[in-house]
Amino acid sequence: MPTTAMTREDIFKNVQEVLEEALGADPEDITPSATLTGDLEAESIDFLDIVFRLEKKFSTPAKPFKISQGELFPENLMENPAWVSNGKFTDAGMDMLRKRMPHVNFSEFEKDRSVNKVSEVFTVDAIVSFVERKLNS
Amino acid sequence: MRWMWIDRIIDFEEGRRLSAIKNVSLAEEHLHDHFPADEHSDAQPVMPASLMIEGMAQTAGILVGTLNRFREKVILAKIVSAKIDTDVTPGQTIRYDAELESNHAAGAATNGIVSRWVFNSDSTPGEWERIGEINLLFSHIDQNFSGLDFPKENFVFSDNFKMILRAAGLDRLAD
Repeated sequence: MPTTAMTREDIFKNVQEVLEEALGADPEDITPSATLTGDLEAESIDFLDIVFRLEKKFSTPAKPFKISQGELFPENLMENPAWVSNGKFTDAGMDMLRKRMPHVNFSEFEKDRSVNKVSEVFTVDAIVSFVERKLNS
Repeated sequence: MRWMWIDRIIDFEEGRRLSAIKNVSLAEEHLHDHFPADEHSDAQPVMPASLMIEGMAQTAGILVGTLNRFREKVILAKIVSAKIDTDVTPGQTIRYDAELESNHAAGAATNGIVSRWVFNSDSTPGEWERIGEINLLFSHIDQNFSGLDFPKENFVFSDNFKMILRAAGLDRLAD
């Protein structure tokens, strides 16, 4: 499919299709603010399925859409003790999160910073932003 | 040779596809329970679709295993979709054609076609009839679940698998 002139709305529709197929979710539940693991009940292996489907959906013969491991869903977010203190991300931890996930809006998460809520930053909107940034890069 | 649900690899194209067959035999005990006779009907031995998914997982799993010379532990992580339209009965042969769809450090996706050999009633050769599709997702578990320890030896590709690889002349693909 031609991706050069895709609007954010076009990208959202394609992401919606990907999530519908990968998670068996109802289209009306796949809203921009829906969280993958919470609202759409994704499990860890579904993340790999989503990555494969996004690659297929947004690749063109002229421009392959290749996502490297950890690019969309980073791992080992707590491996450095300086990033977490008392179950919350420190300032250094928040800097790391922003740097590794420029496609994520952290304004809501910033208020709480609990490590056990970090999966909530993976929203449908975050995936749309990820694709948009990558197509335009 | 318990829990091997393919008998022989019949075709292989490195990095792309692998095909295997399984002969369904009335001597297989599970067919006597699937389905036994009851007061309403005679016994109806039918190959369970769940075991056809396992057969495809073994076929596609070997294909994924060859990508890294069987160093990775390749585990079936998700049945993306599975559809079997027709029963397979004793005396028939099932064919699994697995094709690599995507491959990553963390795992791989495969698409698969299931067929059965149909004998003609006259003496002419029979033919393969497509009866379903099974698409799977595999995880390279050492690249995932960070923090969990798995045994060093590759418990996935055991001696049973090696025997099947040897029979197909594919043991050269393993370290």
